[in-house]
Parts: sequence; C-alpha cells; structure tokens
Amino acid sequence: MHDLVQYIQSYLDSNQTPGAAGNIFWAVVYVLLVFVGLSIAVIAMNWLERKILAHMQVRLGPMRVGPHGLLQPIADALKLLLKEDIIPEEADKVVFWIAPFIVVLAAFTVFVVVPFGPTHAITDMNIGILFMLGVSSLAVLGIVTAGWASNSHYPLIGALRSSAQMVSYEVAMGLAVVSAIMMTSLNESNTGTLSMIGIVQAQLAQREWFLFKFFPLGIVAFGIFAIAMVAETNRAPFDLPEAESELTAGFHTEYSGFRWSLFFLAEYSAMIAVSSIAVTLWLGGWLRPFPNALSGPTWDLAFSLIPGLTFLFLAGMCFYSTVRMPKHPLFRIQTMGLAGFGALLAAIGLVLFIPAVRVRVSDIFWFSAKVAGFMYLYIWYRGTFPRYRFDQLMKVGWKVLLPTGLALLIVTAIWGMRSAVWADVVVPMWLGFVDLLRRIF
Amino acid sequence: MDAMLNISTLHYLVLGAALFLLGIIGVLTRRNVVIVLMSIELILNAVNLNLVAFSRYWQSIHGPNALHGQIFAIFVITDAAAEAAVGLGILIAFFRNKETVNVDEVNLLKW
Amino acid sequence: MNPNLAANPPVATAFFFYGLAAVMVIGGIMVITRKNAVHSALALITTLLAQAALYLMLYAPFVAGVQIILYAGGIMVLFLFVIMLISIERASKERQFNKLWLIGIVAAAALGGLLIAVYTTTSKGRTMFVERPTSYVESQNTQAVAAFLFDRSTGMYMFSFEIASLLLLVAIIGAVVMAKKRI
Repeated sequence: MHDLVQYIQSYLDSNQTPGAAGNIFWAVVYVLLVFVGLSIAVIAMNWLERKILAHMQVRLGPMRVGPHGLLQPIADALKLLLKEDIIPEEADKVVFWIAPFIVVLAAFTVFVVVPFGPTHAITDMNIGILFMLGVSSLAVLGIVTAGWASNSHYPLIGALRSSAQMVSYEVAMGLAVVSAIMMTSLNESNTGTLSMIGIVQAQLAQREWFLFKFFPLGIVAFGIFAIAMVAETNRAPFDLPEAESELTAGFHTEYSGFRWSLFFLAEYSAMIAVSSIAVTLWLGGWLRPFPNALSGPTWDLAFSLIPGLTFLFLAGMCFYSTVRMPKHPLFRIQTMGLAGFGALLAAIGLVLFIPAVRVRVSDIFWFSAKVAGFMYLYIWYRGTFPRYRFDQLMKVGWKVLLPTGLALLIVTAIWGMRSAVWADVVVPMWLGFVDLLRRIF
Repeated sequence: MDAMLNISTLHYLVLGAALFLLGIIGVLTRRNVVIVLMSIELILNAVNLNLVAFSRYWQSIHGPNALHGQIFAIFVITDAAAEAAVGLGILIAFFRNKETVNVDEVNLLKW
Repeated sequence: MNPNLAANPPVATAFFFYGLAAVMVIGGIMVITRKNAVHSALALITTLLAQAALYLMLYAPFVAGVQIILYAGGIMVLFLFVIMLISIERASKERQFNKLWLIGIVAAAALGGLLIAVYTTTSKGRTMFVERPTSYVESQNTQAVAAFLFDRSTGMYMFSFEIASLLLLVAIIGAVVMAKKRI
C-alpha cells in the first residue's frame, strides 16, 4: 500500500506528460480520466443548455425530472438507449453503421493532446495543433457518409451543406491558428512550436496571453477563430444544416436512439475540443488571469483559493434552492437529493482548499473554467442570434473571414513580428534568393 | 524470425511495393473513373512511404536533420491534392456530357 | 496489456508494423475490388490513416499530420463529394472490371516479380540498407522541417515550395474551369 502511494507520488512529481515519458499505465489512466470527464461535461452541457436557453427565453426549462431538472440528462440518455433502432430499408447498412463512429472517433481522438496543465495532457506531440486541426477535419467524412448512407433527400442535402460549411470554415480557422503560432517564435532562438504545451509555455515565457499581443491583431485572430469554430461545429447561428424547422434535422434525420446520441456526443465533444484550441492559443491555457498586473505571492494565494470558492458558491446556490423548494411531502425526495448534491459540491470545494490538492488542481481548474466560459458563449449565441441562411453562411466564410484572415496573417507576419523577422529571416531569405539567381543564371 | 521481428527499411520498402502493385492493378483493371483515381492515390501513397522510409535510413547515416525524404513526401502530398482536384473536375465535366463514369466509354475521339 | 512494452521496443514495433501493414494491404485490396465507390473511398481512408500511423513510426510526425489534414481530411472529402454528385448506383450494377483485366494483372505480376528479385538478391546474406543506430529527435521534427525549407545553410527547398504553391494555384483555376457549367 505504501509502495502504491509512493508510486503515485513519484509519478505526480514528474515533469513530463505520460505519453512523452513512455509511461503506458499512466497514459491509459489519463485516457480514462479524460473520457469520463468528457462524458460528464457533455451531460452537464445538455442540462446547462436547456436551463440557460430557457432562462434567456423567460421560462424555466426542465424542472420535473429531478430537483430543477438535474436528472433530465440521465432520463434523456436512458430514453435514447432504450429507443428502437430504425434503419431505412434502402440504406447501405455497413456505411450507415460506420458513420457515427467516424464522427465520434474524430471528436474524441482530438483530446489526446489537449493540455490541461504542463504535465496534465495524455501526450505532448511535436505537432499538437496540427494534429488537432487534422483529426477534427475527419469529422466531415463521417457527416458526409452519414448523409449519403441514409438514402434520403433531406439527409443528403443536409450532409452536403454541413460538410461544405465545415470545410469552408476550416480554412479560416487554419489561418487564425497560423497567426497565433507565429507569436510563439518570439523567443531568443526564434523557433516557434506547434506543440500545445509549448504554446502555453510560450505565453508564460512572454508573460502575456496571445489575445492581447500586438494589440488588435491577437483579438482579431481570436475573433476569426471564435466565429469559425461556431460554424465548424454546426452550432447556432450557423446551424442551418441541422435545424429542425429547415431540414428536419439534416444529416442525422434517419438516425434514432443510440446512433443519434453518438452524433450528439460527438457534436458537444467537438465544441469542447475547438474551445480548448481557442483557450490554449489565445487565452493562456492553464495560466491564471492577470499574470502581470496582479502578481506576487498574496495574489497567487488568492487566485489559488478560487477553485474551492467556486465550488462552495455552487454549493451555496444548491442550498438556497433547497430552502426554496415547495414544502410538500411529495417533494421530500427531491429536496433531500438537492441538499445531497449541494453537500457533495461543498465537500469538493473543501477538498480543493487543501494546499497539496490546490497546487495540482489549479491548472486543470483554470483551463476548465475558460472552456466552460466558451460553452456559455455557445449557448448564449444560440439563444440570441437568428439563423444564417446557407448562402449567407458561405458568403461570410469565404468572402469575409478568409480575406480578413489572410490580411491578418500578413500584417502579423510583417508588422507584428518585425522584431524577430528582419535580421533572422528576411535577410537570409533575400541572400538565399540572390544566391539562387546567381546559380541559375 | 529475428529478421522478421526487427523492422528495417526493407520492410517498409516491401510494404510500399505491395501498395504500389495494388494501385497499378486498380488503375489497369477497373472501369470506374473514381476508383481509378483512388488507385492513383494508392500509388502516390506507396511512393510516399518509400520516400519517408528512405529518409529515416538517410537520417541514420547523415544525422537526425537530414530530412530530404520527408520534404519530398510533403511535396508529393501537395501534388496529389492538386491532381485529384483537377482529375475530379475533368470527371465532372465529362459526366455532364455523357452520363457515364466508365473509362472505356470515354471514346468520343475514336475513329 | 504487456507490461514490458516499454522495455522491449522491437516487439512492440513489429506488432504495430505488421498490424498497420495488414490494415493498409486489406484497405488497398478493398479499394480496388469494391463495386460501390463509397465503400472504396472508406477503405482508402483507413489506408491513409494507417499510413499516417506508419509515418509516426518512422519518426516523421509532421508528414503524418500533413497526411491526415490533406489526404484524409481534404482529398477524400473531395472524392466523397464527387461520388455523391454523380449518380453512382447505376454504375455499381454494371460490369466492374474492363476487358483487359488479365493483361493488367499479368503486367502487375511482372512488376512484382521484378521488385521481389531486386529486394531478395541484394539482401542475400547482408541486409540491403544497413542502418547505424542513432537517436531520432522527434520533438524537433517540425523545426527541422522548417529549417530545411527556409534555412539557407541546411537546405534550400524554398524554390520548390514556391513552385508548389504556383502549382496549387494552377490546379485551383483548372478545377474551377473544368467543373463550371458555363465559362
């Protein structure tokens, strides 16, 4: 037992991700943790989306299933699992079966490189951001095959529209990402990095989030990425291909029960994945806010208490709702359940005050808090903006975001990076070009 | 058995050769233009595999920064993308004319 | 899961190599034999992804990333789009192999024989490509590729890079012109 504790402790003091250290056992543990965390996040997103949308629309949302609808996602999951699995008669059975798996595969494999902390990633590939962009573009294949395999008009049109939209906005996303990657090379050796952990460490070394770098350029790049990522995941206001009033749910019309829940899972995981990219590239990943203005040991201590305080605040909200529950014997179980949930959150909050836990969890907490902020933004967009028509959507993607992205890339490269660019890149390139001309002519 | 377990460059070359042969069989025997184009992609992939395997071999001799094969492979991938796009454009243009996707019915210029 | 995987790399490498090689060859066979073009496309996607994994085994992560983004995520999407735009159900009921299929297989077999002859005669006794043991720095691969492309001292592939971008421009214009309804 003591050996086990020592083993765990010796691992927790390492300075490498388990993938980089070649430690297969811990890599598998991390994979399971990420998988479980992602599933919990998707379930929480389901509940949060319905409640927040409802409150934005001045209604209450699910209130019946558990206290304040907290058990609604579980009821939804049960319903989806027990539903009849209908396959259209003329559908291509093998492809129909494979398509949801491709989308889920693409949405989940991305999390291999997502950095929750300097050592809290499953692995740290040298091509981290390239891997994330590439694997998330595999989801388009799943959508196209899903629409085609359904052998029906609405899914086919929905699939073609959805995949055209995703491919178009991937280009804008790529340009915004390149603008951010260029900023990682502002160190002494002028080498940038594509690895996710390296990008956050570059922000740490330059003591500035890339959002605020070269004042309007970082924010414009972030804006382009924020718009493109909403379109990439087929969410409002870019959700014409899957909106019910337009195309009867688009490419996943013919999917029912468990297969549809796989698409749903993949969509929310993709949302979390692209939000992780945005958080890592522009918002400083796992770094706490205000590293320069509010620095020093007291501020560090204050910021490290915030995780515990957040959970205590959530527990306080639970207890407040418990007090306001109707005092009727039929509500007794719900009231006790809500009080128990509040007690659980309070216990987690108190555990997060222990210094040993605090110092290890704060990275994960800040990263998750920023991604949660993005999830709230997604829900806010859905409740606020009207839907784009498909031609307007494609116009925005190609005629607005792409030229802006290109112009941003050029301006960042020339003006933003001017300190690094001139002596080490432009002059050698010019000399190399002159040399080449001399050799040819 | 030990020669089979110790993966050397030759293993990758043999695999590349196998894919190359499959691609050539696909190009020479199939009638469907799309599948012929996909077989061409198989051939290009086999070539890429050879290039990257040789790049690793070259790295073992000339130091870990001798990445000539990998650069060549990146250019081949770029070329494959360009060629697939143009090939499929030609296919669409032809399909609009004659409503067929079979290679041996592309015989409008025969005497 | 074998707990000694980290200590005995050759066995793990062989396991992954043969597994991925099997996936690639089976995918390749499915590409050239399926009636349905969408099935061929899906088989090709698995082949391409297995190839990306093989690139990772060859310590070429940048090429693997480029392969996933461009090939599996770009070219195959293009193929699937075109397969859906042209009606492929009628084509899947026609004769699949052309009249000269036997000559094609004989030619491929001849080429295969030539390749086998090359690989076996020179590897009789001594191996064909002897590798010296060296360490491959995977964590600097992208930087090394960038140095090759842009640095004057190590390699000068800038010219090819610019020509490749010109080629892509020509391909874009060509594809748009070919696929337009009216020029």
